[in-house]
Amino acid sequence: MAKLNVNGRVIDVQVEDDTPLLWVLREQLELTGTKYGCGIAQCGACTVHVDGVATRSCAMPVSAFDENQKIVTIEGLSPDSSHPIQQAWLALDVPQCGFCQSGMIMAAAALLAATPRPTEQQIRDEVTNICRCGTYNRVLAGIQRAAGTAGAAG
Amino acid sequence: MNAITKPSRRRLLGTAVAAAGAFTFGFRFPAPSKALAQGAAAPATPEINAWVVVQPDETIIIRIARSEMGQGTLTGLAQMVAEELECDWSKVTTEYPTPGQNLARGRIWGNMSTGGSRGIRDSHEYVRKGGAAARMMLIQAAANAWGVPPAECRAANSIITHTPSGRTTTYGAQAAAAMRLTAPAAADVPLKDPKDWKLIGQPVARLDTRAKLNGSQVYGMDLKLPGMLNAAIHACPVFGGTVAAVDSAETERMPGVKRVVRVGDYAVAVVADTWWRAKKGLDALKITWNYGQHANASSAAFREVMVQGFDAPQAAVGNRNGDAPAAIAGAARKVEAVYGYPHQNHACMEVMNATAIWTPERCEVWTPTQNGEAAHAATAEAAGLPPARCEVHKIHLGGGFGRRGAVHDWVRQVVDIAKQMPGTPIKLVWTREEDMLQGRFHPVTMAKMTAALDAQGNLTGLHMRISGQSIVAGIFPQNIRDGRDPVVFQGLNASGGEADIGYTFPNLLIDHAMRNPHVPPGFWRGVNLNQNAVYLECFIDEIAHTAGKDPLEFRRSLMANHPKHLAVLNAAAARAGWGTPAAAVNGLAVHRGLCVTHGFGAYVAACAEVSVTDAGEVKVHRIVAATDPGYAVNPQQIAAQVEGSFVYGLSAALYGECTVKDGRIEQTNFDTYPVMRMVDMPKVETIVAPTGGFWGGVGEPTIAVAAPAVLNAIFAATGKRIRQLPLQQADLRRT
Repeated sequence: MAKLNVNGRVIDVQVEDDTPLLWVLREQLELTGTKYGCGIAQCGACTVHVDGVATRSCAMPVSAFDENQKIVTIEGLSPDSSHPIQQAWLALDVPQCGFCQSGMIMAAAALLAATPRPTEQQIRDEVTNICRCGTYNRVLAGIQRAAGTAGAAG
Repeated sequence: MNAITKPSRRRLLGTAVAAAGAFTFGFRFPAPSKALAQGAAAPATPEINAWVVVQPDETIIIRIARSEMGQGTLTGLAQMVAEELECDWSKVTTEYPTPGQNLARGRIWGNMSTGGSRGIRDSHEYVRKGGAAARMMLIQAAANAWGVPPAECRAANSIITHTPSGRTTTYGAQAAAAMRLTAPAAADVPLKDPKDWKLIGQPVARLDTRAKLNGSQVYGMDLKLPGMLNAAIHACPVFGGTVAAVDSAETERMPGVKRVVRVGDYAVAVVADTWWRAKKGLDALKITWNYGQHANASSAAFREVMVQGFDAPQAAVGNRNGDAPAAIAGAARKVEAVYGYPHQNHACMEVMNATAIWTPERCEVWTPTQNGEAAHAATAEAAGLPPARCEVHKIHLGGGFGRRGAVHDWVRQVVDIAKQMPGTPIKLVWTREEDMLQGRFHPVTMAKMTAALDAQGNLTGLHMRISGQSIVAGIFPQNIRDGRDPVVFQGLNASGGEADIGYTFPNLLIDHAMRNPHVPPGFWRGVNLNQNAVYLECFIDEIAHTAGKDPLEFRRSLMANHPKHLAVLNAAAARAGWGTPAAAVNGLAVHRGLCVTHGFGAYVAACAEVSVTDAGEVKVHRIVAATDPGYAVNPQQIAAQVEGSFVYGLSAALYGECTVKDGRIEQTNFDTYPVMRMVDMPKVETIVAPTGGFWGGVGEPTIAVAAPAVLNAIFAATGKRIRQLPLQQADLRRT
């Protein structure tokens, strides 16, 4: 039993306390945009925002959360894919298979919220999500485009 | 939550598919229940022909037989149909025909296999003809309505114009009439001259991006059917082992657990209401395994087996001219080196998964697959039903890289589970650990390279003895003839246009002593080109240095008969600035390395710029890549594939290794199987240089040039030759 604040709604969920937030989102709340990739907080496919901070939800038990923590998933990032990161991703055709991109977009959006004009090195250091298709250069360019630093010296 | 109770069979499937497909943008699943009910014969929507559906609202649905797994084939294939169709590109959407429909219609969509970088290069002609035939039928319908000869009409942007009168109509208005016309014979469907292409060759945006930005793209793992249960599975970690006993008492008491089932003789699955509960139940099982005859196998022991293959008298010949052994025996100077390439896991971001529903009458599977027809065959076999009573619904793949193509082990598993619970939809999702342990691995091989030089330092002969694993022997053993696996010589062939060597040697022998470990092999993006390019291109570099020659000039001296190889090599070298010093980065000297190869029908080359610190840390700063795929359907997507290929290829070069101990793979997740992240990513400059006249693939060939270019640059930087991948095992500290 847990009370969660997800995408602006407070929801009761009936699960064992040790259920990772990821699986509550995917199975109880049917928010399947957040992905399972590794289960050990290595790959970042499960990244959501918790009070604005990029958080890997696969290794966080639901018992670690209460209704005062605002959880935002990819489905709640913007109502119409209008977040600057989503717009930049669209303009640059960033995704390939796309499986990691929910987490990648959430990580990028959290970075920009904390650091609106990150340097190239900050982006490389902060966005550590794994993409096996290899979209990293477009992810980098997409963040720079959204931050308005595209073309600036890194 | 779904509140459907006791749905009819048809209702259930229709609902399920609506749930799966309705919230994807611009991508629809043909309705499978209808198709199945009619013997898998009916397409989802009235069609002009198998490739094109035109709806009254002017929507153009283009059918795509190959699988989209990120490589952009969906967009590229649609561009090719639309080029000849002359439709309004902004109205184009796509759908997958099912393997069951393909079977029922005599394979009207051809081969559905999506591997070997073949999506576009193997189907370009018939998909363009599909678009052209549909255009001819739409024009004929308009001409009939107007009572004019079709030759007086032309089509552009979905609008048909009767040129003499200026009358116009639209594809949507003519679709119903066009559908009733007899299709022209393929021989009577001319195709445009490539110089007249308007859409092919354009960097149009992908058709499948939007759904990947907001979580709405449905992957196999995301599927939910009414009444569905979830399964997690453990197979014996030692390949070839079996289940001896299972103590499931604790698991069966756990919340949500419905069943514990055996899968074949080698695996156990837990079925529960949610996947997380299934996984917890799986963790609580006490399984006793019979590890079998490979319980003590190790990578170290197998390396000895491969080394023994270097001097084995029996070896299959892949390429031979002159008498290399004699040239080597009489050489003024010999160069020798031993190289090795490890097992690697594909590590798709989306782990293996599938959903199945089985009844004694029929079986349906939903799965991300690179080969719908192979998945369909695996389904039928596992279901114990004729193929006509089975169907597979392809779902967008969270990565493929070859893992989801030739072998459908996870499909067989889910059908086996579903068969034990008739009528209940079962979704099987592997853990990452299962995915790592139960891979179909990049083959492990080694090569002994020997070159002969004369007194002037000219190369007079080369012997390349490959020893090690054959993918074909593991997957299609019926294709092995006289111990020879033809695919093992990828990039080394004398001719064929598919994967040819780019040099002419006075005397040459390339042969393979097949040595197969118990670890099952798979086609791994780039396949055998990966290790062959390392062996040949690093050794060519070694010979050049031994002979005191510039690596580029030395290569050029052997490439007079290979102009397309030479052109991409020259393009990459020139753009990178070969021959002029690279600018230092953060006070570190930057060095360059080259590689050129030919695979999957395309010519590719790379020049890497690398620095190495005194502490031995390697940094790849920039890679210039050149590719000649013959025709470039979408240059933007080719650039994306080249960039991505360096990530996959450099992940392999820097980190990729699966080792065997006690018969099992030791690496279990991304903590023990690291892959490249953004911090490692070099700048990539892509030169797309299509020369026309042939069709080459782009999804794979560039993978193979990543490692050799970097290894050659590391040698230039350090004087150290790395001959065993991955790089993380090498000590590059300056001493």
